[in-house]
Amino acid sequence: MSPLAAGLANVFGILVALLLLAAELTWVERRLLGFWQDRYGPNRAGPFGMLQIVADMIKILFKQDWVPPFSDRSAFVIAPMIVMVTLFLAFAVVPIAPAIGVASHLDVGLLFFLAMSALAVYSVVLAGWASNSKYSLLGGMRAAAQMLSYEVFMGLALMGVVVLAGTFDLAAIVRAQRGLWFIGPQFVGFVIFVVAGIAETHRLPFDLPEGENELGAGFHTEYSSMKFGMFFVGEYAGIVLVSALIATLYLGGWQGPLLPPILWFLIKTFFFVGFFILLRAALPRPRYDQLMAYGWKVMLPLALINLAVTGAVVVARAAH
Amino acid sequence: MLSALRTLWFTFLHLFRRRETILYPEQKPYLAPRYRGRIVLTRDPDGEERCVSCYLCSVACPVDCISLQKTEENGRWYPAFFRINFSRCIFCGYCEEACPTYAIQLTPDFEMSEYERPNLVYEKEDLLISGTGKYPGYSFYRVAGLAIPGKDKGEAEREEPPVDLKGLLP
Repeated sequence: MSPLAAGLANVFGILVALLLLAAELTWVERRLLGFWQDRYGPNRAGPFGMLQIVADMIKILFKQDWVPPFSDRSAFVIAPMIVMVTLFLAFAVVPIAPAIGVASHLDVGLLFFLAMSALAVYSVVLAGWASNSKYSLLGGMRAAAQMLSYEVFMGLALMGVVVLAGTFDLAAIVRAQRGLWFIGPQFVGFVIFVVAGIAETHRLPFDLPEGENELGAGFHTEYSSMKFGMFFVGEYAGIVLVSALIATLYLGGWQGPLLPPILWFLIKTFFFVGFFILLRAALPRPRYDQLMAYGWKVMLPLALINLAVTGAVVVARAAH
Repeated sequence: MLSALRTLWFTFLHLFRRRETILYPEQKPYLAPRYRGRIVLTRDPDGEERCVSCYLCSVACPVDCISLQKTEENGRWYPAFFRINFSRCIFCGYCEEACPTYAIQLTPDFEMSEYERPNLVYEKEDLLISGTGKYPGYSFYRVAGLAIPGKDKGEAEREEPPVDLKGLLP
């Protein structure tokens, strides 16, 4: 295969796989939630109910696509696209296996991910703002405050990994974990990144932007049909992305004995996808001020201490 | 934080519990004998219709889903038509409570879905069953004082012959 064909296969393969995965996750989530609530979940359409998503897709595509007359039309339409585009772009830097990955050798890979996840905030804010309704606006505001403040220590937590690996290149970070996965030396950073990742994808228990019992559906209250579907796919793509990054940065990415690299990557990723869903099944939502206090008063100092200690240890080792 | 982890663990353990769901079409749920489902009209032990068109069920119905018309034949009252609109019925059972002759009864059957709404309107022939339902021995005309062909006044069960008010003998 020529390099161009291989590159194209990589790009479209990952794109399609991610899209299908994000869609299928709706079924996975409902099924797992069902199990954890002593139910079955959707188990009718196709084997184990796997074709549920096909039925859901048909339904959501044929729903009325309504743009409220009081909304800011252009921003309203663009908002759901932003979340999908940024999250899929961020996936470009994730090294899935040694030869699979769109731009896994990008030398600012980690920064690219942070930039894209910061851009994803725009989608939520714009959606809340353009909807021109009070619940959407409140949801959008919450989302902006939450995601920006959690982004701060997400970046700081990641710096611990960068200090240890000495690079922003994600594939190189994976290679740097050949001897010891970073979850060992960077356990605090790992915990902080997982918490920040949950907040970043605004999943439960940090789903205050869409807190149903207070805000209707939060920032996507006014969305219908496939525009809503795009937010949904974006959310699940976000879960996959954050899980993949946790696996890449802290659990040695594709590395592991016996099984082929891609399988190891998928196992680690899906472990965290399952964990995210378990969080939703188990934990209640905190109050908004608790969420902000938790971020700024606990997580940020912890991330700073983690970074300082990691840096000190690395410098001390280099001095020897 | 610790309690959160504890919660996570206990929630995870539910993966290995027994499922509470009854997979309905394959697995039928237990329905109590007094479950309030599809409404039927029963017959008395002689095979005659029990309904005497007193309209009490229609009056008692909170959603007005029962309509009927009285007709008379040889001194007995029958419904000329008896119609229940099951798309409105809420299966409250008030009609059964109101019925003085045990004619209208609710059965433990709820599988009556239709693709078209008009098909949910049941006529008398759809509602009438051949049996007596929950009250096997009961026949209204056998205990009622009303005179019908073959049974004059005073011939019903536990009924004295009528007293001749104009007679002089005790």
